[in-house]
Amino acid sequence: MTKITYIAAVGGQSTVEARDGDSVMSTAIAHDIDGITGECGGSMMCATCHCYVDEAWMEAVGPRQDGEEDMLESATCEVKTNSRLSCQIKVTAALDGLIVHLPESQT
Amino acid sequence: MNLIEGHIAIEPPQGATIWDVDPYDADILRAPEDYYTALREKGPFVFIPRYAILAVGRYEETRQVFSDHENFVSSRGVGLNDFKHEKPWRAPSIILEKDPPEHTRARKAMARALSPKAISVLKDDFRASAERMVDALIAKGTFEAVTELAEAFPTDVFPRALGMTENDPRRLVDYGAMVFNTLGPDNELRRNMLAKAPDIVPWITAACAREKLTSDGLGSIVYAAADAGEITQDEAGMLVRSFLSAGVDTTVTGIGNALWCFARNPDQFDALRADPKMARLAFDEVLRYTSPVHTFLRTAGSDTELAGVKIAEGTKVACALGAANLDPEKWEDPERFRIDRRPIGHLAFGAGIHGCVGQNLARAELEALLGVLAEKVARIELVGEPVWRPNNAIHALDRMPMRFVKA
Repeated sequence: MTKITYIAAVGGQSTVEARDGDSVMSTAIAHDIDGITGECGGSMMCATCHCYVDEAWMEAVGPRQDGEEDMLESATCEVKTNSRLSCQIKVTAALDGLIVHLPESQT
Repeated sequence: MNLIEGHIAIEPPQGATIWDVDPYDADILRAPEDYYTALREKGPFVFIPRYAILAVGRYEETRQVFSDHENFVSSRGVGLNDFKHEKPWRAPSIILEKDPPEHTRARKAMARALSPKAISVLKDDFRASAERMVDALIAKGTFEAVTELAEAFPTDVFPRALGMTENDPRRLVDYGAMVFNTLGPDNELRRNMLAKAPDIVPWITAACAREKLTSDGLGSIVYAAADAGEITQDEAGMLVRSFLSAGVDTTVTGIGNALWCFARNPDQFDALRADPKMARLAFDEVLRYTSPVHTFLRTAGSDTELAGVKIAEGTKVACALGAANLDPEKWEDPERFRIDRRPIGHLAFGAGIHGCVGQNLARAELEALLGVLAEKVARIELVGEPVWRPNNAIHALDRMPMRFVKA
């Protein structure tokens, strides 16, 4: 099992076990993590699963997907260099221990 | 090679239950719930002899087929015809009926034109239109909800949003119904709609031309992608055509189904009235509960295996999205319409790379309309039995006499 830690903008964090092959977004939904909405269900159409990848994990997570940049423009909170749509980050064993920071708001 | 309905007539695969049913029977299309239940109960994959296809209706497997665009391709058509073996009735859509990498290019241009940011500027117009229509219908008393609201609202706001300079509500609605009916077998529904093609298709094609669009609508964003060299001018026209085929009849259906849900569940309409901000979430529950697109197909691009069933290359897999959205394994009390459910992951908009690209537009239309209803209407009442209209891919109402009681 791969562990992922979600850190809320207001502080507080949850570490959950993720199934490989799921996305960082769907893992958050399955564990009722506040701060990820995921309105479109993972089709990269809504920008409500915005997260900031912890700097230490940027390389392991890899670059944004084709089209992700465009959709991030619709995100409510500030887009930074480590901004990602969490539906586009697929969980693999290599991401065991991944830390993502959540924005203040998704809508 | 033996073909049925334009695709390879596969043998029943081991592990699949054989069920002699016609999912395109008009009675099932009108009231699919029993078919959905039986489909789920018979197993993960059911072989349907008369069409030599597999059908899937359990949530987990339906989601998997729909999310796995590598093994279950769209480029061979999302209906019964396999484009590899039979020529499609129209030039295939360059977004719905394509796989990566071609799909990715078109999708990117389309997603930009339909992003939350692009749609947010339309909200005021949607709301003003909804207010006008709801006020008029309250004053009128009894009205026909399908034509006077479900069709009237999208055919008012959508052409303006797209930037169309000519509007023909009837042809817009019928074009969508036609495209969706052609996804089924060579039955009466498909034949009747195709008979209308000579009247509808030339009008639609002409309406997609750049010179027929304003320079500030969503259509112009698609043409801008062509100017930037991301897609060709012809492809831009094809994508505007996709707006018209996928963006009108589906929303018409969503509105009709939403009114049907709230008329039959007054306590849920009261809950919406108490908190109109729930409108957006309530629409997701409408979608889960009624699945406007009831079935889309995929084609196995190569031999594969899922849930212990070996699926041969060329197999058509009918994904009953409506059945998956009512699967008790996934949803608690699936038969209950509950606006506070928050049904993230429902499959009414599909899933994965082909997930509905127009969903923000649909959500904005419904959010405006349901929001206005919640403020202005105390009760939504049926004044006659609603009648469903069979369609090979869409679960929509045909007639629904209705009354709005003023708040």
